[in-house]
Amino acid sequence: MSDKVNLRIDNIAVSVEEGTTILEAARKVNIRIPTLCHHEDLCVAGNCRVCMVEQKGSDRLLPSCAMPVSEGMEIQTNSLKVRSARKQIIELLVSEHRADCTRCYKNGKCELQELASEYIIGENGFIDLVPLKVLTIDNFSPSIIKDDSKCIRCQRCVRTCDQLQNIGALTVAYKGKDMKISSFYEKPMYEVVCTNCGQCVNRCPTGALTEKTYLEQVWSAINHEKKHVVVQTAPAVRIALGEALGMPAGEIVTGKMVSALRRLGFDSVLDTDFTADLTIIEEGNELLQRLKKVLVDGDKSVKIPMTTSCSPGWVKFIEHTFPEYLDNVSTAKSPQQMFGSLAKTYYAKKIEVEADDIVSVSVMPCTAKKYEADRPEMRSSGYKDVDFVLTTRELALMIKQAGIDFASLPEDEYDSFMGESSGAAVIFGATGGVMEAALRTAYEVVTGREVPFDDLNITPVRGMEEIKEAAVKIENPLPEWSFLDGVELKTCVAHGLSNAKKVMEAVKEGKVDYHFIEIMACPGGCLGGGGQPIPTSPAIREKRSQAIYREDSMKPIRKSHENPEVLQIYEEFLKKPLGEKSHELLHTHYTERNRY
Amino acid sequence: MTEVKQLVQDLADQFGRSQESLLPILQGIVTKEQHISEDAMIEVARELNISAAHVYGTATFYSFLNTKPLGKYVIRVCKTITCMMHGKNQIIKELEAVLKVNLGETTHDGKFTLLETNCLGQCHKGPAMLINDTPYTELTPDKVREIIMMYRDKELRVN
Repeated sequence: MSDKVNLRIDNIAVSVEEGTTILEAARKVNIRIPTLCHHEDLCVAGNCRVCMVEQKGSDRLLPSCAMPVSEGMEIQTNSLKVRSARKQIIELLVSEHRADCTRCYKNGKCELQELASEYIIGENGFIDLVPLKVLTIDNFSPSIIKDDSKCIRCQRCVRTCDQLQNIGALTVAYKGKDMKISSFYEKPMYEVVCTNCGQCVNRCPTGALTEKTYLEQVWSAINHEKKHVVVQTAPAVRIALGEALGMPAGEIVTGKMVSALRRLGFDSVLDTDFTADLTIIEEGNELLQRLKKVLVDGDKSVKIPMTTSCSPGWVKFIEHTFPEYLDNVSTAKSPQQMFGSLAKTYYAKKIEVEADDIVSVSVMPCTAKKYEADRPEMRSSGYKDVDFVLTTRELALMIKQAGIDFASLPEDEYDSFMGESSGAAVIFGATGGVMEAALRTAYEVVTGREVPFDDLNITPVRGMEEIKEAAVKIENPLPEWSFLDGVELKTCVAHGLSNAKKVMEAVKEGKVDYHFIEIMACPGGCLGGGGQPIPTSPAIREKRSQAIYREDSMKPIRKSHENPEVLQIYEEFLKKPLGEKSHELLHTHYTERNRY
Repeated sequence: MTEVKQLVQDLADQFGRSQESLLPILQGIVTKEQHISEDAMIEVARELNISAAHVYGTATFYSFLNTKPLGKYVIRVCKTITCMMHGKNQIIKELEAVLKVNLGETTHDGKFTLLETNCLGQCHKGPAMLINDTPYTELTPDKVREIIMMYRDKELRVN
C-alpha cells in the first residue's frame, strides 16, 4: 500500500489514502473539527475558516477541509492557537450575522448558533455590523424565504444550485464588505429561474434560507370547529421524519406518524401513496396511449419520450429551461395535487362534508410542493386543491410543539378511504421508484403477466447512480397491445437537476431514443428532498433509500393496479383511466417561463 | 434584432463562448455602452449558456464593469490611505461643490458621475483620481476645479 499517507492528528496515528483532506482524516479517528462552509455533497470552498488547524513546524494555520494530508504531518486540532483563532472567526461571523436567535426560525437548529454556544463567544466580541448594512428579506415566494441579514456567505447555497442542480439561481455578487449572495439583479426568488427545490434551504447552516412555514395556519384550521382538516403524507416523509425527532436515519415511522397526526387533531389522516398509485394508473395509461398514437397511428402531435410530472422542481425546471419539450411531460398531476382535487370533490361527498369546509393539508419532503399547490391551475375542485403544504421538518416541529413523545407512540393505521396504498407507491420516494412502479403496472396491463424481475424488484432502476437506463422487452402481449410485440421499452431515470439537464440535452441532440424518462429534481429523489430533515448527506440518503425499499417489500400489495381503493374509485367515480373525470381533476398543463 | 443583442453576439463571435470569454465580453459592452444593462446580461447568459445570476455576480465584482448607467465622464477618486492622508476628502468636497452632486451621484445633465475607487497605484503622487481612463495626480482643490472646467469647455465646444 504505497499510496497510504501516514500522519498524526492530536497525537493519534492515522493512515489514509493520498488526497484525503485533514478534515476527513480527523473524522476517521473520531476527531470532530467544526465546519460551516463544508458540506459532503459539495466541492471544497474553504472560505469560512472555522476548520483551521495547526501543523507542527508551520507558522500559519491550515484550513483542514481544503488541505490534503502529507506524509509525516503532525496536526493539532485543539491547540491554544487554534482555539483562539477559531473563536475569533466565529465572533467575526457573528458580527456580520443578525444574531436575533430567539426569534429565528432556525433557533436551535442553526450551525452558527451551535458553534457560538460551544465556544462561549460571550458579549465582548466585535462590533455588530448588521445595523450598518442594508440587508433585505425576500419573502415573496410561497416556498423559500431568503434573509440576507442571517447570511454568513459560506456559499453552500451557491454551490448547491450550481453543482447539484446546475441552475445557478444564486450567485456571489459584489466584493469585500459588500459581498452578498444574490439572485440575478437581486430580484425576488419567485421572479428568477429558481425551481423552489429547496436544496439550498436544506444546506444553509443558518436561517438565511428557510422554507416559508404554514404551521400557524394549519394549527388554526385544526382548532376551527367547523373545518374538517384532511392531511396527506408523501411516501418519503415516513422514512425520514424520525430523524428530526431524535431517531437514527433509515427508521420507518409510518405507524407512529399516523398516530401523531391523529393526536395533533387532523380529522382525516390519509396517504399521498393512494394517489401515487392513482398516478401510476393514469400516467401508465397515458404512456401506453402515447405509444399507440405514435407507433400505430403515426400521430405527429403526440410526443415521446414521455417524462414524469410528479416532481414540481423538475416541472418548473423544464418550463424554464426546455419549454419546447413541455408536450413531452405527462399531463398527470403529481400525487399531491391529485389528492387535493379528490379531497374536495369525491372524498368530501363520501364523508358528507361541504368542500368549503374541508381544509386540505399535505406533508411533503419538499419545498417546491408549496409552490405547486399555489399554481393557478391547481384549483380543479373549484377551491385551492391543497390549502397548506408542510415540510417533513415542519411536521416534526408540530409534533414537538404538541408535546408528543414520538418514540413511544403506538403504531396506527391510515383512515379509509384514500389511505390504502401499494409498495409501488411507497417507492415513489426514491429515485427510480416511479419508473419501477410504472413498469410493474404497464408491463402487466400489456402482457397480462408480471414484470420479469425477481420478486418484482426492478433493480436496474434502483440505486444512487446519477443516470440509469433500463430496457424491458415486451413479448407475447395481449391482443389489443399486439403492436408492442417485440418492442424494447427504453427507459431512463435521473435525479438531481444537473443530471436532468444532461438527459434532456441528450434527448435534444437525438442521441437517445427513450420511451419513458423519470426525473426527480432532488438528489436521491424525494427522500433527499429540500423539505427533509437537516442534515442530508450521501450516507443518510442511502439509509433512507434502504428504508423505502424495505417498506415496499413488506407491503402485502406491491402493484398500483391491485390497490383495492384505487379500483373502487374508478368504479364509483372516475370510471376509467384518462376518462372525462380524470381529465377534469387529475390532469394539468404547463406554462413556458423565462429562460434567464 | 435589438442593438444590444447584436452587440453581444458580435462580442461572442470575437471572444468565444466559453467561461473565459465572459470578462472580455463584459468589458466590450462597457466600452461600447458604458454600462451593462439587465438586457445585456441576459443576452450574455444566453450566448454563453450560463446562468444570468452568474453574469450578474461577475459584473458586480469588478468596479470598472458598471452595472448602472453613469455620466459621460466618470470621476473616480482614490479612497485608499495614502491619498486620504494627502487630502482626498477636500478633493471630494471640492468636486461635490463644483458638480453640485453628492458622492455616488450623476449630474443632472448626465455628464459627470462622482465615485470613489480603490488604490490607483499613484500613492507617491496622491491625491489621485481618474476621469474615464485619464489619471490626474497631485490634486488640489484649485487644480480639480480647473480640470472640471476644462471638461465643461470641451463639452460646450462639442455642442
